[in-house]
Amino acid sequence: MARIGVFICHCGENISATVDVEKVARLASKLSGVAFSVDYKYMCSDPGQTLIVDAIRKHKLTGIVVGACSPRMHEGTFRKAAEKAGINPYFCEMANIREHCSWVHPKSDETTQKALDIVRTMVEKVKNDTALFPIKVPVTKTALVIGGGIAGIQAALDIANAGHQVILVEKTPSIGGHMSQLSETFPTLDCSQCILTPRMVEVAQHPNITLHTFAEVENVTGFIGNFDVNIRLKAKSVDFSKCTGCGSCWQKCPSKKIPDEFNAGMSFRTAIYTPFPQAVPNKPVIDRANCTWFTKDGKCGVCAKICPMGAIDYTIQDEIINVKVGAIVTATGFDIKHSDFFPEYGYGKHPDIIDGLQFERLASASGPTGGEIRRPSDGKVPETVVFLACAGSRDKAKGIEYCSKICCMYTAKHAMLYKHKNHHGKAYVFYMDIRSAGKSYDEFVRRAIEEDDVNYIRGRVSKIYEKNGKLMVVGVDTLLNAKPVTIEADLVVLATAVVANEDAESVAQKLHISYDKHKFFAEAHPKLKPVETNTAGITLAGACQSAKDIPETVAQASAAAAKTIILFSGSELTREPVVATVNRSAAPVYTTCTGCFLCQEVCPYQAIEREEIRDRAGNLLMNAARVNAGLCQGCGTCVAMCRNKSIDLQGFSNQQMLSEVMGLLNEPFE
Amino acid sequence: MAETFEPKIVAFVCNWCTYAGADLAGTSRTKYATNVRIIRFPCTGRIDFMLLIKAFQNGADGIIVSGCHPNDCHYTSGNFHARRRWMVFKSLLDFMGFPTDRITFSWVSAAEGKKWADLVNETTESVRALGPFTDYKNLDFTQFNQIDHEGIAEQSR
Amino acid sequence: MRIGYYPGCSLQGSGREYSESLFAVAEKCGIELEEITDWNCCGASAAHSLNHDLSVALPARTLALAEKQGLEQILVPCAACFGRLATAQQELVSSEPMRSKISNYLEMPVQGSARILTVFEFLQEHIFPVADQFIVNKLNHKTACYYGCLLSRPKDLTRLERPEDPMEMDAVMEKAGATPIDWAFKTECCGAGLSVSRTDIVAKLSAKIVEDAVSRGAESIVVACPMCQMNLDLRRKEINKQMDQGSDIPVLFVTQALGLSMGISAEKLGLNRHFVSTGKVVSCVGRKEV
Repeated sequence: MARIGVFICHCGENISATVDVEKVARLASKLSGVAFSVDYKYMCSDPGQTLIVDAIRKHKLTGIVVGACSPRMHEGTFRKAAEKAGINPYFCEMANIREHCSWVHPKSDETTQKALDIVRTMVEKVKNDTALFPIKVPVTKTALVIGGGIAGIQAALDIANAGHQVILVEKTPSIGGHMSQLSETFPTLDCSQCILTPRMVEVAQHPNITLHTFAEVENVTGFIGNFDVNIRLKAKSVDFSKCTGCGSCWQKCPSKKIPDEFNAGMSFRTAIYTPFPQAVPNKPVIDRANCTWFTKDGKCGVCAKICPMGAIDYTIQDEIINVKVGAIVTATGFDIKHSDFFPEYGYGKHPDIIDGLQFERLASASGPTGGEIRRPSDGKVPETVVFLACAGSRDKAKGIEYCSKICCMYTAKHAMLYKHKNHHGKAYVFYMDIRSAGKSYDEFVRRAIEEDDVNYIRGRVSKIYEKNGKLMVVGVDTLLNAKPVTIEADLVVLATAVVANEDAESVAQKLHISYDKHKFFAEAHPKLKPVETNTAGITLAGACQSAKDIPETVAQASAAAAKTIILFSGSELTREPVVATVNRSAAPVYTTCTGCFLCQEVCPYQAIEREEIRDRAGNLLMNAARVNAGLCQGCGTCVAMCRNKSIDLQGFSNQQMLSEVMGLLNEPFE
Repeated sequence: MAETFEPKIVAFVCNWCTYAGADLAGTSRTKYATNVRIIRFPCTGRIDFMLLIKAFQNGADGIIVSGCHPNDCHYTSGNFHARRRWMVFKSLLDFMGFPTDRITFSWVSAAEGKKWADLVNETTESVRALGPFTDYKNLDFTQFNQIDHEGIAEQSR
Repeated sequence: MRIGYYPGCSLQGSGREYSESLFAVAEKCGIELEEITDWNCCGASAAHSLNHDLSVALPARTLALAEKQGLEQILVPCAACFGRLATAQQELVSSEPMRSKISNYLEMPVQGSARILTVFEFLQEHIFPVADQFIVNKLNHKTACYYGCLLSRPKDLTRLERPEDPMEMDAVMEKAGATPIDWAFKTECCGAGLSVSRTDIVAKLSAKIVEDAVSRGAESIVVACPMCQMNLDLRRKEINKQMDQGSDIPVLFVTQALGLSMGISAEKLGLNRHFVSTGKVVSCVGRKEV
């Protein structure tokens, strides 16, 4: 005979402001099966939990329903309390009367009635709960880090230094990411590559890190602690075991006109190439789409002839390798918009209208101009440079309503770098606001304005066009009474929006993680779980989650590493026992399963196995379905498929779901 | 003065997307109609559509079924099965003359708190316009009491 | 396909040449334009500054008459009239209460069902398919296509493929054998309705437009809006005062230019009534009188 306890939380005023919690508790006490019902201000607090534990013991409760926040918040808390009181924790259910009721409805009788309905539904479910016991699974203590930028590098180093194996996968030929393209970093104006390359080398040399560059994740199956990943090692056409990185090949390659991605399209590279001189690994790969040997049927072959080690091998194919990992850190990074998002700004129409990454390459000592700021069109040093902040972000009408976070700082940096290299030049920044909230950030921007004489004009630009060899930047100065301002510039730099990578959606789908409408990956909770995703075992690090600068990226990467190390800290992983089971009973029935195996067909985790049912003499009677509890993730698709209900899902059983529906809709009583 | 009819809407939602989306509507304090009651499933693939019939049988006026967007299912493919199931089930219901416009099938992700609120409001209004669902009250179940269950069982042994 | 025609006040008055050249080209190509019977003023800027319902009702009456006449498509060459009619139609179609309210005012049913064509859509869909056989004289000069404000805004209504840098008129001029240039003031404002009340502003704004076109080597400016034509042509004396060196660059309607290339006489196209002589453009063309 069920003896259910109902505990209605006020949650301070969060619930009690719109729901009459005393009334709900009072009416709940009259429900069939409820032996005890009470309301209290803060159920999740220590005294609240003590109240529950005492009530369970005193009233010999067999199950409890806590009417409070979402189970996502405190199901764990209350299940622990139930366990402490001596009942199986799976006899505890939460009735979500806060997120789904008190917070979304005004104070009224309907709201109170709805809270009561929700409580009643969960009482019916608890009456049909069964005791469940956590399942233990082994954990593979190897982590997969996807993305070799500063986020991936930091996460990989932290996990490796904690003593675990790491597999780092990077899709370009070298690790380093966008940080390797920067000239200096704010707010210290540290040389970016100088602080990055030691880390890159550390990754390459670390005994616990296996580095796969020019590789991509092909697919991921499995679950937390037990992921099965296929990685495509793209054909490099160069045998790295023989290559010494001498560089003879790319010095002689005749295909020299390929737009260089590393230099943001501002220069050319060869078909066999290393992306930049400090690349890790510092060995070239062949870009087959642009290599004469591959596009023109074997014509050329210069690199193979020239290579002193015979390392070039045009016959290498893509290779798929399979790895087993326990956790995945997603550090796939970001891109910026390289388009005429605002056609009136003329990006793409004139070579001297460039974006932020292109300016980085101009300013960079290893860039196409050796660090001198020169116009792409004629190579002359620009006397007047205009920087446009917010050239694509914070604009609801254009579909990018968010702030890209890093542009105010890098625009100030760019202006400063230009002035440092050209003392007599004029620099202007058109801005809407200045967002310099980090440590030493505002001081950095003030330095640009006060010491380096950068002219900050608060106003937007409406049009940029070319006239008589100058770029006419037509804007407005809102601090001077909206005075129209036209500046004749030699070079214009647009701070375009930070956007997700083109393939972000497909990466998210491979990993089964959520993403928002801008294709940034979704964290589990915006405030309290910024590195975890809703998919257990997969964490996020860096700008793939949202635009952020380097210190935040490094912090988030270390956080993701910490979560991974926590996962690896036990000898095994305890899993929620919400798994499917196929019924079994004694002879002569054995099971009601007819062996149709529809369940096996629809299971995404291959968790259904065939079991031979034999009689005492050993004769095979039939094949029936059996669930591998270690693999089952508890989705329940099999249960809905089973034609005669032989398979059921613990925690969401047929009886439970039916009783919820019936409990909800039975006439309420006053 | 006649009271406005308040439809009873039951929502069968998946835990990972729509339930979380409704949570987000809550944390964002987005207000919507009080008519909906949510039943939580681990996945829309788990939803046995006979439960929808049970709900109508016991007083529901309208139903919402909602889960993760196609390709985004937490369990990879549960929502595809739910979608296929719905397509077959809907054509069966249409054939039977059941008013399938009382059932709304939707995808609401964990980031779409506002979409959840809009979905509830829109469904409430459209079901309100359809009026209470009284078809079940017109069914005569007394004939089932006259069936000779024992006799049938005997024959089949 | 019967194509309705709404001239609006300007094409009957100060922008007569637009109408005359449009009809000349249409006639040459065998396309008939059916004027909407008893059409009224679209309300222009005045109506929508004063009263919202009035600004919808005035164009709606014309739309109702067009529907009564059985016209499925209506060509509205004047940019402002187009804006008013298209905006009114959108209001009628998107709000049933508004539509029935306006129908009541008009004492006539209106659905907002006719398709309203911009002049570019008309030229693209009806003239282009048959034009090649009629183009006998290439225009042989560089031209700056000036779209102005109302032909490119709001972008959802005017339906240009690239609202910041449109090419629709450029395509017409290319067909006519001219060389449209790339220039910076395609969609900048000429001063519009301030032509009378603040001619000084029109002079300044229009001067920038003329100056940019001329500095890039344009030999004519081609427009598709009677207001633009007036400001750039009729106000040339005031414009010249704003420029270092004045200019005598002629301003033609796109239909006049197209008509010239089809061998239609300058008189028939109204090219002799401009304030700034169009003689130079006319003589660029190897003339064949038709």
